[in-house]
Formats: sequence, structure tokens, C-alpha cells
Amino acid sequence: MPGKLKAKIVAGRHLPVMDRASDLTDAFVEVKFGNTTFKTDVCPKSLNPQWNSEWFKFEVDDEDLQDEPLQITVLDHDTYSANDAIGKVYIDIDPLLYSEAASVISGWFPIYDTIHGIRGEINVIVKVELFNDLNRFRQSSCGVKFFCTTCIPQCYRATLVHGFVEELVVNEDPEYQWIDRIRTPRASNEARQRLISLMSGELQRKIGLKVLEMGGNAVVGYLQCFDLEGESGLVVRAIGTACTLDKLSSGSAPNTNTHMHPNTAPASNACNSPSKDGKEPVFVEDLPSSSGPPTPFRALPTSSSPPPFSPSKPCSRQSSSSDTDLSLTPKTEEPHSVRCRPGIFLCPSSPILSTDTLSLPGSGSVGCGRGSNPRATTSAPLSSIQSDSALLRKSVSFTEDLLLAASGMGSGGSAGKEAGPLRTLLRQQTQTALEQREFPFFTLTSFPPGFLLHVGGVVSARSVKLLDRIHNPDEPETRDAWWEEIRQEIKSHARALGCHAVVGYSESTSICEEVCILSASGTAAILNPRYMREGCLDIGCTDHRFEEPSPPNCGFCHIPYDELNMPFPAQLTYCYHCRRQKVPDVLFTTIDLPSEAAVAGKGCLIQARLCRLKKKAQGEANATAISNLLPFMEYELHTQLMNKLKLRSMNALFGLHIQISVGENMLLGLASATGVYLTALPAPGGIQIAGKTPGDLSSEHISSIQKRINDTIAVNKELYQINPPELAEEGVGSPIPEPRHRSRLFRSHSESSDELSELDLSHGKKDAFVLEIDDTDAVEDIHSLLIDAPPPTGFYSCNTENMPGISNWTSGVQMFTSVRVLRLSNANLTNQGLNKIFTDLCENLLKSFYFKLRSMIPCCLCHLNFTVAVPEEELIQVTVTAVAMTYDKEQTQEKTAEKPVNKGSLEAEEQLQFPLELCADSSSSNIQTASKISDTVSLFTPAAKLCQNQLLIVRSAGVGESTNISPRAASVDYGSFADRCSTWLELLRLKAHTIRRGSVKTSRRTQSLAHSVSSLERCSPLQEGRSRSLRSSRSFGGSSVTVVKMTPLSFLSGTRIIKYLGIINMFFIRETTSLREEGGVSGFLHSFIAEVFAMVRAHVAALGGNAVVSYSMKECVFMENPNKNQAQCLINVSGDAVICISETDQESSASTANTGQTGGGGTDGAT
Amino acid sequence: MSVELDVFVGNTTIMDEEVYQLWLDGHTVNDAVKVRMEGGVMDECEASKDVLLSDTMDQYRTFQMCERLLHSPAKLANQLLFQIPPHRQIMLIERCSRDALIQLTHLFQRSHNSLFLYLFVKPPPLCYVSSHGNLFFVSLSLFRYYAFDDTFVREVLGKKLSKGTKKDLDDISAKTNVTLKSCRRQFDNFKRVFKVVEELKGPLVENIRQHFLLSDKLARDYAAIVFFANNRFETGKRKLQYLSFQDFAFCAGQLISNWTVGAVDNMVEDMDVDLDKEFLQELKELKILITDKDLLDQHKSLVCTALRGKTKVFIEMENNFKNLSRGLINIAAKLTNTKDVRDFFIDLVEKFIEPCRSDRWTAADMKLYLTHYTNSAHILDTFKHQVVWDRYMGVVKSCIFKMYHD
Repeated sequence: MPGKLKAKIVAGRHLPVMDRASDLTDAFVEVKFGNTTFKTDVCPKSLNPQWNSEWFKFEVDDEDLQDEPLQITVLDHDTYSANDAIGKVYIDIDPLLYSEAASVISGWFPIYDTIHGIRGEINVIVKVELFNDLNRFRQSSCGVKFFCTTCIPQCYRATLVHGFVEELVVNEDPEYQWIDRIRTPRASNEARQRLISLMSGELQRKIGLKVLEMGGNAVVGYLQCFDLEGESGLVVRAIGTACTLDKLSSGSAPNTNTHMHPNTAPASNACNSPSKDGKEPVFVEDLPSSSGPPTPFRALPTSSSPPPFSPSKPCSRQSSSSDTDLSLTPKTEEPHSVRCRPGIFLCPSSPILSTDTLSLPGSGSVGCGRGSNPRATTSAPLSSIQSDSALLRKSVSFTEDLLLAASGMGSGGSAGKEAGPLRTLLRQQTQTALEQREFPFFTLTSFPPGFLLHVGGVVSARSVKLLDRIHNPDEPETRDAWWEEIRQEIKSHARALGCHAVVGYSESTSICEEVCILSASGTAAILNPRYMREGCLDIGCTDHRFEEPSPPNCGFCHIPYDELNMPFPAQLTYCYHCRRQKVPDVLFTTIDLPSEAAVAGKGCLIQARLCRLKKKAQGEANATAISNLLPFMEYELHTQLMNKLKLRSMNALFGLHIQISVGENMLLGLASATGVYLTALPAPGGIQIAGKTPGDLSSEHISSIQKRINDTIAVNKELYQINPPELAEEGVGSPIPEPRHRSRLFRSHSESSDELSELDLSHGKKDAFVLEIDDTDAVEDIHSLLIDAPPPTGFYSCNTENMPGISNWTSGVQMFTSVRVLRLSNANLTNQGLNKIFTDLCENLLKSFYFKLRSMIPCCLCHLNFTVAVPEEELIQVTVTAVAMTYDKEQTQEKTAEKPVNKGSLEAEEQLQFPLELCADSSSSNIQTASKISDTVSLFTPAAKLCQNQLLIVRSAGVGESTNISPRAASVDYGSFADRCSTWLELLRLKAHTIRRGSVKTSRRTQSLAHSVSSLERCSPLQEGRSRSLRSSRSFGGSSVTVVKMTPLSFLSGTRIIKYLGIINMFFIRETTSLREEGGVSGFLHSFIAEVFAMVRAHVAALGGNAVVSYSMKECVFMENPNKNQAQCLINVSGDAVICISETDQESSASTANTGQTGGGGTDGAT
Repeated sequence: MSVELDVFVGNTTIMDEEVYQLWLDGHTVNDAVKVRMEGGVMDECEASKDVLLSDTMDQYRTFQMCERLLHSPAKLANQLLFQIPPHRQIMLIERCSRDALIQLTHLFQRSHNSLFLYLFVKPPPLCYVSSHGNLFFVSLSLFRYYAFDDTFVREVLGKKLSKGTKKDLDDISAKTNVTLKSCRRQFDNFKRVFKVVEELKGPLVENIRQHFLLSDKLARDYAAIVFFANNRFETGKRKLQYLSFQDFAFCAGQLISNWTVGAVDNMVEDMDVDLDKEFLQELKELKILITDKDLLDQHKSLVCTALRGKTKVFIEMENNFKNLSRGLINIAAKLTNTKDVRDFFIDLVEKFIEPCRSDRWTAADMKLYLTHYTNSAHILDTFKHQVVWDRYMGVVKSCIFKMYHD
């Protein structure tokens, strides 16, 4: 179905000087979409040209609309020679294709050149007219909304969660085409940028098609990645969770989803109907406790997607796995067997060892060994045979926390008992529902309360592949097959943990030369059957029985597996919360801490870091070497995590993300997670130091180390305020494990494994780790354990969406990106030396952040996302993106108490920046109504003659009245503010004898609030007008620049998202041939990142937004050649453009709308 | 093992005022780190030297990137590269007094709940303001990008803002103890402002203020510098050394507001960098006061009558009257020559201030004398050039008041 794209080029500003002689530029613009190009007139001799062009119209297919970006090129006209390009702007018009998002893109865009960076700005207006029969979208996928956010977006509710969608497209990388030898770097970069933009568009469209086929209307948790495979091509792949979302609007609640996804099959309509009745808002965030008729999970139509794995298939695959694993090489038996080896290595089938594994959930968790052993013995009703086979075949599988038997089946509580059989039945039904779908995966990391029943543990899989040239870009079967394998393995791991779904699922790659590590990880979980079951099954009555058993704040910790048929030996205790069901002693997950979980104290970032040297090798040998190292790395990372967790006296990890990066001569492993103390889980034991060889180390030494460890634990307890509620332990009468059975944690060093047999281990319950000092390495390890400096006072850190233990955020938000590259000069480094360097690198980065952000104290670094890479042989690159958020230290649980106060004072609060022209009609009534607000100040800009009627009204309630007001910042008009500020001193001077009228209140406030909202709705045009009027009133400083906040989180503290404007997905290349002149590598990258931020902000502002949530920097590839004075960098960023308004604004604007009179609302509120 | 690359980029640009000042003062990164360490910033947040070095380098890079914008501050308001809140932009450019900031602090605290302001009393004195979720610092430190050292500007005042002068900056740097880097920045600022206002119509001070977003005071100082540079007033002679920049700036203000074209008629959209040629021509008419003997005697007697008994140096005044009057009138008469315009201040000192000083006039004496000297001329029947006289004497009077000190 065609649409009409219209673009208008308005003006340019701050253009670079292109003509040396005149110090001016003769600029014109080319507007290109698809194969159609339009040109503006030349605007001679101006650095601030006004083109004010006609509307350029493109009549195109909607498929093209989805794939193609609008390409705007600014050029300098040259009569005699070729026109010089000044730079380009790519505008993704996708947000205009669905009705709910932006209706116009209008604003100033930085003109970007891959060699020179930003060179001035251009003002563009873009509109799309779709011939609006929405039903006919199905040829393409216009209308499917995309969200990077990994939870249900704030102003929506999910009526259905359809499940996993994935797609990948491949192409040749223009950088490696023959033509690259003869074209300029600029042309090459632009070809690449354009290609990736096209591929992203195509990918999104294809995923959209899948979603429509499934009957959904949105993709949540959309994760798109690039694999720059060099010679062998360019892969763009994406995963996400298909959903049917309903927009939540206060007041009007009609279910609109029927026309949102016209494709909905009859079955889904049937499922929908109960929810339409309003009886059962399924998956609704704000109604957690409601129960009612279930809404089924829709079954996946299998027509379009590859056929589901048949049970027999994995088996057959297993036998031929050598072919599939490394398709390049005929004899891949090597890597295959290699992968299994770690299992054998760690757990040679001696009984002693297996008991050892038994004793430690952590230690045994390297997949194969740990998984396959017990699993062979289990005949769990749920897990199918194929799990076994798939597991054997695969690389390293890492099932971190063993979770066990679900509730039911002869364990404790009466409710559990009663519901047992029924529940099993139910689960089987759910199971079958889920099994019908190829991959029961969810990229979401946080869920509505009640959705997540039980959490098993982390499942992960990695696979080492050799890259070969992609011969036919249209048939990316090899890559598809690779991922298919990995996903199957994940699925089987989840089964082995008694879980039918994987949540918090993500995929990643690491590429070095022709070797590629594919990784996938997620958290095995059991989801609430209520949300899962087929619609036709017993609706209603039975539900209530099942909903009873587990209280929400501990239920998810309960093991999902049958205790008697545990897939792993693990230490179980009765839940410390409800005493009714079993919980493991530690819990690792990749998801966010469920909001209802009961925690003690605060969380903290826990990182395990590891370097492993590797011999340089080529091709297959290289792949084998890497495969060999992987399991050890996983194991050691896990050990480190476990130790650090104990050291902090915590018992659960959330948001676990393990990254393994491959370089030519080393592997880097970085595991990050947020540690927390779950009160439902048993308290972690301490760490015990044991001397292995008395000759080496004096017992004094050991005891001194022991003391340090004990001290550290005590300090940490204090620091993170971990004071778990003292249970009347014995009172409950539940079996609580007798404390102080010592177990040990041995170092994961491979050499140490042969000493295992000497250890006398009681299997079963233990709550203390023993760290054994058997050689000097061990001492170093312990030292390194202690080296992690706690964050300085006033700081906390986590890598999850929510900081456990802190919720009273204030308005301060600072998103930042930091990149550090370390050159290893010392050629003969040991593993230990490398580890130290790597650890220091990460620690120093954190210290830098603390220092830089010290002015924000008290604050928390949230969503700390570390990415490691080995760009060259001796370089280690760490990229961090995070957000620092301030919080209110004083105010803790008095939220409810403060509410009324807030309400009063928020009414009194004032929009700081409001140019009078917005509400000029009201100036007469501006200052009149008296109110009770104590401290109102009105300021008039003295330089009124300059600012043409700009009136600044500053109004507020006294500070004392409320400390918990979050700022409003719907849109801040910088331009006018700047104007005012230019007369700052006058302002101050004036202020000295101002008008401090104690009880003056501008009754316009509410109206200006209404204005702010409405100006947001039609933001861009309005800004346009405003900027123009400002321009005329003043020779400079004309237009306003919207403040655009960015955050990697899905929310902005103190604000509410009222509209999602579309996904931001941008790819930039920057190259320089004058590295030194640009301030060296740091100067180059610094300005590039700043430019990327600027471009993201500009695009968001042009969409009418004022914030980016779920922002992430997916890729930051930096290459340099200092000898040639050259460097190149590629950055890919993504996020959701949104309009958010201060929560307080929303309320008052709503009240305004209700009362319908502008002045009244404010007065009401104030009195 | 070495850090190859190290950057930190925030969505909102963070700037540390102390580092900013160190950068402005032309310190190297290492010097700046040293200064900061001595300042005790390390104690905050358990920073190490590495952390400090990394932070300082980051800040320096940011400033360098900002510098381009600072050169045309008007762009700051709508530039997109840095998210710098506007009041912060202002702070970047101009100096701001401590008092003003404290007032500002109170203003914000009272006026808007959503602005959180924390004032750190310890050095470096910083205000930290969080507004609308953005963070920025407001500084209490004194100098900003367009601020300058009085000692430095005194050296270049009245000199041509040319490459030639720029070459001498290292001498000036050595003499004034201002780092060469800082000298260059200040010099380039003068040049930039000069270049911009040269081509603009309208009142000089207002132009500077608007174009560079400077405070009124700073804009006036720049106007003085531009004015002096344009007219090439001689200020470097030994006899003028005792005068400070502020003395000259005051005089420049007087000249600008009284002797330029714009001074007569505000509505005239013309530069007021140049003196009013017509007025200078008219000044020749004043010569009658000294060439006409009658007039001179009459004038003297009027003044002496008025002064008698009111000052201790009456005798000297009486004796010197003719000399002094000749001095002032001759200065006026010669101003049509560019060369003599340049020597205006040196002439004032030589012909008027020095003789008075050697007679030990006090400032009050001076004031008394000049007031009567000026006013008496009005009573002279045959003297027809009252308007020109007032316009001339008004400026000369206030200049001499300002310049009459040790």
C-alpha cells in the first residue's frame, strides 16, 4: 500500500565556511528517498541560509517507507568544479508510520559528515500521508510498534504476550568490497551507514510481519545487533517479544486492539473477549491481584516459521554434530569433544567428586558435567528426552542456580499438598501450550506482579564458530542454523531445570578474525499458567485454588522442580518467608528484581573479571583452543561471583550478564550482576580460609587473611544495611538447616582439581565456603577478592533497572558513556598479571565515575553496563554506559504520608520557563489570585524591550513545605531562558528590590501547564513558531533547544511517560585522517560520542519528544592507526523516544481538563 | 601497560569550575592536577591521582571542544553538541560575583521547589544545581572565559590588536606573570570582540553585551578596550603608568558616551567607536578662551573670585590659571589630529595633572577648581560656544577627577 512522504527544507544555521575567499557558503540541499531526488535552490553567500523550500513529495510503497531512510544532503554550490558535500542527515521515518506515535518530524538536525563530524544544522519538516486503510498493512508491517524497553511500556497494558520473534539479514560489508579500493573513505563510510540503515529497516519490517502473523501489534524488548564479520559479511539480527498492547488512557478505556492488529485470528479474538469484559485485565501492571478468566497464550502459527524441532531431530543432530558445529571444517570432532571435556574435567565420574558438586551449586555449574550427570538420572515428567541430547552436543552450558522441584509433591504446606496434583496437571497443560511454540523465550526482564511464578536459574549456551563468506545474502541459513542450535540448547537447559520458559533472554556475539563466539543466556522460569493456558480450558473456578499458595514476595524464589528429582544436587531449605516451600541457598538470574520481592538492605554491583591467555592460532585450531578455554572461564567467573556474593553477605544475583570476548591472544570474561539479600533465602554463610600446605604459609598468615575476610563481610553488611529480619528461627518449626556444616569452595584453577579427593566433604547442607590456600596463586586470588573497593559513601551501584532498596528517586539524572582502552606493553604477561590489570581497569573506571559524579551524592549508578572487547592484540577496551540518579536519603517510607503535602505544593509549583507569548492572552490576569502559598516570587525580565514580552514567572511554594517535588520538565525552552539569562545580573539586581509578594500567585499556572501538555502534543510546529518569533525579537540566540534526557532505564524518575514516539536506532561512522589535530584518540572519540548524543537528542526533539528511555550503546568499535594519523569508529545506539511529563504535572493537567476552567484548578489545589 | 584512550561523555555536560579556571589560566594538565591535589579534592570520593588526571584531561578536552562555541556565544543558545543549561552558559562566559551567586542561590531555593541547590563551602566553591533532571555547576569562582586580567589588559590597552602585538605577548606574559596561554586567550578575545562590533551598528556597549552575552560591567570594559584599540590611545608612557585599567575604562566610558556620534543622538545608528568629527572641529572654537586676552582675564577673575578663601592652594591656582587653561584648551583644539587624539591622556597628565600635583592640590581642590572653571565660562558674555564647552569639559572634568590620584 503506497504512501506519500513529504519533506520541506526550511533553513540551515552555523554552516561551515566552504569558500575561503568570501568566508561564506553557497548552500543547497538534496533530498533523496529511494531513487528519487529533489533539490532546493542555492542560497548564496550565507552561513545561515533560509531555503524555505516547497514540499518535496515522494510517492512510495510502504515497504520502502519502512526500509529506507530519508536522506538529506547539504552541499556547497560551486560554479566551476564539483559541488562539495557539507554533510548529511538520515531521518528514519518509521515513527510516522503508526498512528499513535509522532505525526510530524520537525526540527533542527545536526548535519553530519563522517570525516568532519557535525557541521552546522538544518531545519527540516517531514510528514507522511498513508492511505489510511489500516487493514491493508499486512503486506508490509507498518503499524507494528517497537520498543527497546524490556518491560511492558508505561502507558500500555499487554493483553497478550505472544512470544519470541527473531530475524536476521546479512549482506556484504561495503568496507570490504572491491570498490572500496578506489573510492574515498567518505563514500565508503556513507555506503556503510546507508546499508546498515536499510538493513535495520528491512529487519524491523520482517519482524513486524512475524508479529502480525502471530496476531500481535508490538515488539517489546527489541534487541538489534550488528555482527561485523569483516570479509565474510555483515549480519544484522534482532530478537524481541511479540505482544498485543493496549494503550492505557485515563478516562477512555475501550479496547482498541482490534484494529491494531487486524490479523488477529478468531482464536485470539476468543481469548480477547474475556479481557474485554473487563473481568480480567491480563498482564496488567496496575491490577496485580485481580484474578479471573485467563487469557491464553496464543499458539504460534507454524506456517511461516521454521518447523518446530521434532524430538528425534536433536538426537540425530547429535550424532552428526560435527558437521553442524563448524560447518567449514569436515572434521570437527575436535571442538565438539573439547566442549564436553570441561564437564569431565571437573567431575570425573568419581563419586567423591560428584558429592562435591552436590555440595556446591556454584561450583558444579559448568554445564555439561553438571547438567548431564544428574539429568541422566532424573526422569522428570516435564523434561523431555531431548534435553539430554541437546545438552551433550552443545558447547558450554551454564545453569547457574539449581532450582528444584516445584512446590507441590509431598512437600510442606497444606495448600501446596492440596493443589499438588492439580497443579501438575496445570503445569503440563501450560507446558504443552508452551511447547507448541518453538522457543518459549521472553526478552523482557521485568514482569507484572504475579506473572513470574518460579525462577529456576540462569541458563546459557555458547558456541564457537568459524566464519565463512556468506555466499547468498538472501539465504542466511548458516547464521540462522547457528542461532537455532543455541536456542534449542537454551530451551533444553530450561527444561532440565523444570521450567517451561526462559525470561530475560538475550543473545550476543564476539568476533575476532574468523572466529565467532555466539552466546545466549536467560533465566529459566515458570510463568503463571493463568497467563499461559489455552483459552478453552477450564476457565475460572480452578484458578483461585492455584493462586493461593505462594505469597508474592517470595514465591518466585521457590524451586520450580521436584525436590525428589532434582536435576542437580543442591542445598534446599524451607522458604524463610512463608516456610512452606523449598528455596535454594543462592539464586542467580538475568532478570530484574521483581518489584514485589522482599529484600533486606541495598543491592550492589558485583563483577567477576577474568583474562585468559591463549596461543595465537588460525582457523580450526584457534576455535578449538577457544572452546577449550570457555568452560574454565565460565567456571572461574562463576566462582568469583559466588565468592564476592558471600563476601557481601548476599544471596542472590539479578541482571547477571556474562560477556566473553575473544582476542587474538587472549579471552576476556566479564560477569556483572546486582547482588541482593533476598529475605526468602537463607542467610549466606561466611567464607572460611583453610591452609592446604602448612609448610608454605604460616597459620598466622591464614588467620590474618581470615580476619580480613570476616572484617570485610562485617563492613559490607553495614554498608549495604543488610539486617535481615530476625526470624524466630525455630519457632516456625520448619526444618532450618543446622548451621556451620563446612563446605569448601575450591579455587577453580585447573591444577587444583586433582587435589579434590583429599577433601572430606559432607554432602548436603553447608553455609560456609572454605577458600583453600594451596599455592601463591591462591593467595593472590584471595587478595583480588578483597581488592574490590566498596563505593564511597553516598554512592550505590547496580546493573539492573531498579536498585534494590532504593526507590525514592529525585530528579537528578545523568546518563554517561565512558570508554577506556588499555595497551598492554608487557609482552610476557601471565594470566594472573592480566587478571590484575583487567580488574584494576574496571575498578578504576568505577572510581572515576564516583569522582566525576561526586556532586550528585547521594546517588546511585544504575544500569551499569560494561562491554569488553579486544580490538587489537595488546589492547583491552572497556565501554560503560550507565545512569547516575539522585535519590532522597532522608525520606524513606513516608511516601504515603507525604502525598497530601505534595499535592498541595505541587499545585503551587510553577513551570519555570514560559514565554509569555504562549499565553499572551492571559497576561492581564497574570498576577492576581491570592493564594496561600507562602513564598512566591515573580520576576519580570527587565530587558523586556529585548525579549519582546517575555515574562518570567517564577513561582513556588516554600522549600520547607515539601522536599519531595520532582521537577517538571516537559519541555524547557532554552532560547527564552537564555534570553533571560543574558540579563542575569539585572535580574539579580532587580531581584534585590523585587516584588517579593508573599501571596502572589499567577493563576495562569494551570493554563500554562495545559499549554505545556498541548505543546507537547503538537510540539514541533509550536517550537517552530516559537523559535521564529524569538529570532525576530532578537538577533541571535533565537530558537529553543529542547532538553532531552537520556537514560538506559525504562523510566525517568519523577516523570511519567505519556507517549512513546518510536524507536531510535542509529548507526554512525566517524573517521579521521588527522588524528593528532583532533586531540588524539581520546579527543577524537570524545567528540564523536558527544556528536552521537547530540544527534540522538536532535532526532528525539524533532519527533516532539523530550527523553530517550532504554537507551543503549550496542556497538562501539574503535580502530586506530596512529602511525598514519588515522582512526575510525563505529557506534550504534538505540532507545525509545518518549514524551514524559512530571508526575505532578500530569495530575494537575488532568484536573485542569476535568474542571475545564484554567484558573480554577490551581486555586483549588492551593487552598 | 598504558591507558591509550580514556573518555567520559555525559548527556549533560559536566564542568568543574575549578578546572575550568585552571584551563583558562593556561595551566597544563599536569599542573592542574597538582593544583587540584593540593586543593584537597582527592579527599572527596577517595580519588587517586590517576582518577584526578583522567578527570582533568576529560575536562580539558571538553573545554577545548567548547571553546569554539565560546568564541561566538550567541551560538551557545542553540548549539546542539553540548547539553549545557543556559544559566550555566552564562556562567561560562562572564564573571559572576560571589554575592550575586549567593543571591541566586536563595532565589532558586525559594522560588522553585524542583531546583535543588547544594552549596559547597569548601574549595572549590561550587553550586550544584539540578534542574529538570539536568546537572550543572554554577561557579563562585571569579574569572570566566571572557574575563581578563587587569594587569594584562593594561599592557595592551591602546595597542593595535594585530599580529605584531600578538608576537609581543610572551614579553607581556613574563612581565605580568600571566601564562602565555591565558594571554593569548585574552588577546584573542579582544580581537574577536573588536572584529564583531566593528561591523555592527548601534551602541557599542549594547552590541557587545548582546553579542557575547556579557554582563553590563564586562561589556563596558570590552567597549573600553575596543575604543582604546580603535583610537590607539597612548597608554604605555611612563608618566601614565600609575593609571590602572579601570581608570582608563572609566575615561573611555566618558568619551564613548559624550564624544562619539552616537552620544548626541541615540537614534543615529552609527558606530560609536569613532569620535564625533564635527565636534572635534568645533572644539577649535574654544581657542578664543585663551587667544582673546580679555576673555582669558575675565575668566580668570571669575574663577578666582569664586575660589577665594575656599582652598589652601588658592595662590597656586591663581598663578597657574593661565597655564592650566591654555593647556586644556590647546588639547581641545588639537584633537582634530589623529596623532593628538592618541596623546590625549598623556597631554592631560602633562599639561594639567602634573602641574597641579606639583602644587600639591588635593582631589577636593581639583574638583573645586574645575567646577568653577567650567561654570565661570558660562558667565562670559562674549563666549558663544557653551554647548561645545560643556560637552568638552564634562568629559575632561570627570577624566581628570578619575586620573587625579597617585
